[in-house]
Amino acid sequence: MRKLRALWRRLCGIFEARQVDREFVAELESHLQMHIEDNLLAGMSPEEARRQALIRLGGVEQTRQAYRERQTLPWIEPLWQDIRFGLRMLRKSPAFTAIAVMTLALGIGANTAIFSIVNGVLLNPLPFPHPEQLVVLHESKPNFEFGAISYPNFQDWQKNNHTFSSMAISDGYYFSLTGTGVAEQLDGQFMTSDFFETLGVKPMLGRTFTQAEEQPGAEPVVLISEGLWKRKFETSPDVLHRRISLEGRSYAIIGVIPASFHLAVRTLRSRDVYVPMGQWRNPSLTNRGAGMGMRGIARLRPGVSVEQANADMARVSQNLADAFPDVDKGIRAKLVPLKEQMVGDIRPFLLMLMAAVGFVLLIACVNVASLMLARATGRMREFAVRTALGASRRRMILQLFTESLLLATVAGGLGLMLSVWGTHVGLKLLPESLPRTEEIGLDLRVLLFTMTISLLAGTLFGLMPALKISQADPHTALKEGGRGVSGTRHRAQSVFVIAEMAIALVLLVGAGLMVRSLKRLWSVDPGFNPRNVLTFGYTLPPSMLNGNPDAIRAAYRNFDDELAATHGVEAVSQSWGGMPMGGDDDAMFWLDGQPKPANTDGMFGTLIYNVGPDYLKAMGIPLQRGRFFTAHDDEKSPLVGVIDDVFAKKYFPGQDPIGKRIVLEDHSRTMEIVGVVGHVKQWGLDADDAHPLRVQLYTVWMQTPDDFVRLAPSGIDAVVRYTGSLTNVSDAIRRSIEQMSREQILYDSHTMESTISDSLAERRFAMILLGAFAALALLLAGIGLYGVIAYLVGQRAQEIGIRMALGAQRMDVVRMVLWEGTRLALMGVTIGIAAGLSLTRLMTKMIFGVSATDPLTFSGVAIVLMLVAIAACYFPARKAARVDPMQALRSE
Amino acid sequence: MSGDKADVWQGTLALMVLKTLEAMGPLHGYGIARRIEQTSGDLLSLNYGTLYPALLKLEQEGAISSEWGTSENNRKARFYSLTRAGRKQLQKETRDWEQATAILALFLSPAREA
Repeated sequence: MRKLRALWRRLCGIFEARQVDREFVAELESHLQMHIEDNLLAGMSPEEARRQALIRLGGVEQTRQAYRERQTLPWIEPLWQDIRFGLRMLRKSPAFTAIAVMTLALGIGANTAIFSIVNGVLLNPLPFPHPEQLVVLHESKPNFEFGAISYPNFQDWQKNNHTFSSMAISDGYYFSLTGTGVAEQLDGQFMTSDFFETLGVKPMLGRTFTQAEEQPGAEPVVLISEGLWKRKFETSPDVLHRRISLEGRSYAIIGVIPASFHLAVRTLRSRDVYVPMGQWRNPSLTNRGAGMGMRGIARLRPGVSVEQANADMARVSQNLADAFPDVDKGIRAKLVPLKEQMVGDIRPFLLMLMAAVGFVLLIACVNVASLMLARATGRMREFAVRTALGASRRRMILQLFTESLLLATVAGGLGLMLSVWGTHVGLKLLPESLPRTEEIGLDLRVLLFTMTISLLAGTLFGLMPALKISQADPHTALKEGGRGVSGTRHRAQSVFVIAEMAIALVLLVGAGLMVRSLKRLWSVDPGFNPRNVLTFGYTLPPSMLNGNPDAIRAAYRNFDDELAATHGVEAVSQSWGGMPMGGDDDAMFWLDGQPKPANTDGMFGTLIYNVGPDYLKAMGIPLQRGRFFTAHDDEKSPLVGVIDDVFAKKYFPGQDPIGKRIVLEDHSRTMEIVGVVGHVKQWGLDADDAHPLRVQLYTVWMQTPDDFVRLAPSGIDAVVRYTGSLTNVSDAIRRSIEQMSREQILYDSHTMESTISDSLAERRFAMILLGAFAALALLLAGIGLYGVIAYLVGQRAQEIGIRMALGAQRMDVVRMVLWEGTRLALMGVTIGIAAGLSLTRLMTKMIFGVSATDPLTFSGVAIVLMLVAIAACYFPARKAARVDPMQALRSE
Repeated sequence: MSGDKADVWQGTLALMVLKTLEAMGPLHGYGIARRIEQTSGDLLSLNYGTLYPALLKLEQEGAISSEWGTSENNRKARFYSLTRAGRKQLQKETRDWEQATAILALFLSPAREA
């Protein structure tokens, strides 16, 4: 206890050392005075009295030293001294400290953030049990490698495969929820019964579907999300005895799916309501040739590889093709591992990002190393003096180490803050298709890694000169005035600067190519005029669903009239099926006059847009030949269609397509082509040209077969061209729809401009990030060059002074210093261009309309870099020109 | 220093200081040193410089406390006094010391008749 107390007091003693020492000096002084007085009384002379008192004390300094050693812990005091000294040194050169700290912090922060995200997306396992067994199912067709699966085919796959423990298909659907307050549109999912079992997701309440509940005609049951449970049922546990009304039908709630379930792969998504497939009143459901957008998920049996499953499914597909040659010929099951499906598209982008960040970390390390080196070398003389005065080598290295560590600690703290913030922001910007964002957090291992790397860089290079000088003879070092090893140092620093410049150039070229791609993309004509176009989905009252087709058509005509009369609306049209850059729909056809092909393999595919007469006006698509639809093209008049110029060129080359006929596979409807319009970039500004399915067919919405018209009340899209402010028009439309019926729901409203902008979001994200990193790299490289040149000027002040004394002009000095810097920059640029030419080839997937070796980008970037280099050298050069020869010579 | 004077034994200085403070009450460093010399009948040669770290150690251990005051000659000086813990420590160490010297005395005294 006593010992502990003493230890504690000694620890505290570190912080009050100076104060205590002052007091002790006073105490000693009073002691000596008293002793001297006594000695005088004893008859000594004043000198002798003082001498005797000092002898008996044993020396003032020795006593003070003994007292100090007792006062604190002897081994901790030098450490504390080092820390205080280090802090003082850092404070004394604020520019150096700020640059070093910021460089390190940015390096640590940016790297940790990006690595955490990329690591979380690319490397973490999916949040499902045994995720390696999960594959996504598609149906590959002549036109689509990853096409939708038809329900009858799926049922046969399920029955006949030997390699899967379970499989399920699912498709998104908007349900109108009525009867619980305001009517609203719910995101829902039709699914076969094993969906959640396959994924391994367990309901938090209740149960999932049984096989019997999947069958058509079964009692309607529904699973709801935890979110809906909270929102509509206040998390009441008796929810399992409640019912909800979807599409006007009453469903019994049998379970609640936890909010932790998150999926967004094609049409397989986490939603608010999940309904068994059999409840879907869509006549296409039992059509073996109709996919309707459904995709599947399947779980491999333990120990079964994807290759084995592929072989198994090839056999199943072949059997089906033999059994149903008219629809299943050429159709195959396509398996993609879930992880690959999720990450596949974004992998090159993320890898590019990692490369960019890695480069920035490299520059940061190089910069810090170079700074530490410059600084330590500048202090050679100081160390030489201290060695001469008897400081031990160990002691000096320890002190430098403490300084580096101090710097690193401050930078590390700042870097940690940056990385937390960066991870947070980065996750917000991450595309939604990566569904595991909520579990990605700051990765501590990554933080540790980047910190260690940057700290090592800082300390190692900071220590190097100390190791060198302490080995050297202090006598020589002192004579050389601290310039003993400047040759080596200079070489090392030059290499650093050249490397930094080269890396910055590579990053800048990458960013430049992205900017040019995006600019090219923005100037691509989408084939329609996206300005002032609003699209939204809407439903008719649930009572109309599956009702009389004529009544439904009348309701839509009424809707069109009401909307067209709304203030600010210039043109309005229904749109069912495809929506440019939104959803797509396709149909099979053959040319009239040819025999009906035996199966879909012999037919042609086309994108199909089911629209109203004002669609062209609303979308601003140019009419090239013939006419577009009118109000007279209705359910009673002959079927007509309009094609785009790509269709015309492909199937009617060198002919006039007007008056030609085609037969649609669906209902074997024959229609006459009455017009040709411009091609619309359905697959996005960048991807459309390369897409295999580009031909487009427009059909008249009012001529849609009755069985499909019956389904329309559950929701179709409208396209509106408006004038004036978007807010005013949106409000007016909302009011018009509410006036027609309170049971109608308007949803998912957005402008076509935002659709185009969204289609470029990932590219823009990549460009912004790469641009930010390139700017950072440029800044760091500029600082690095500035540091080296400024240091050089300081070191060579005497030489410059001599030159000027010998008649060199100020301009000569400026030129000399500038040349020193630009020479390094030029070498860096040359190396950077060589590296860039080979590295940017890896980016071809990310760029559009420019070559990966675009000379304009390369030369532009090189010029920018040289300008920055000259600017970085200019300030030290000006300083050099101001050197006073007298002053410089005298200081020797 | 005269050669016939004994140096202070290791570890006994603290005990002497405590005993002096118990006997004299609050006292400054110089006073303590002189008092110890006087008590030993000037047989002990005390290096005054070693006294102060010892005082500091005792203070860190909480056996004594100190404050600035005025000496008998109207001089500013730091006065040390015994704390409650110090008094207890003194009692314990006195007991230990007496025991130790008693045992040693047994060894060193002329052998008794068996």
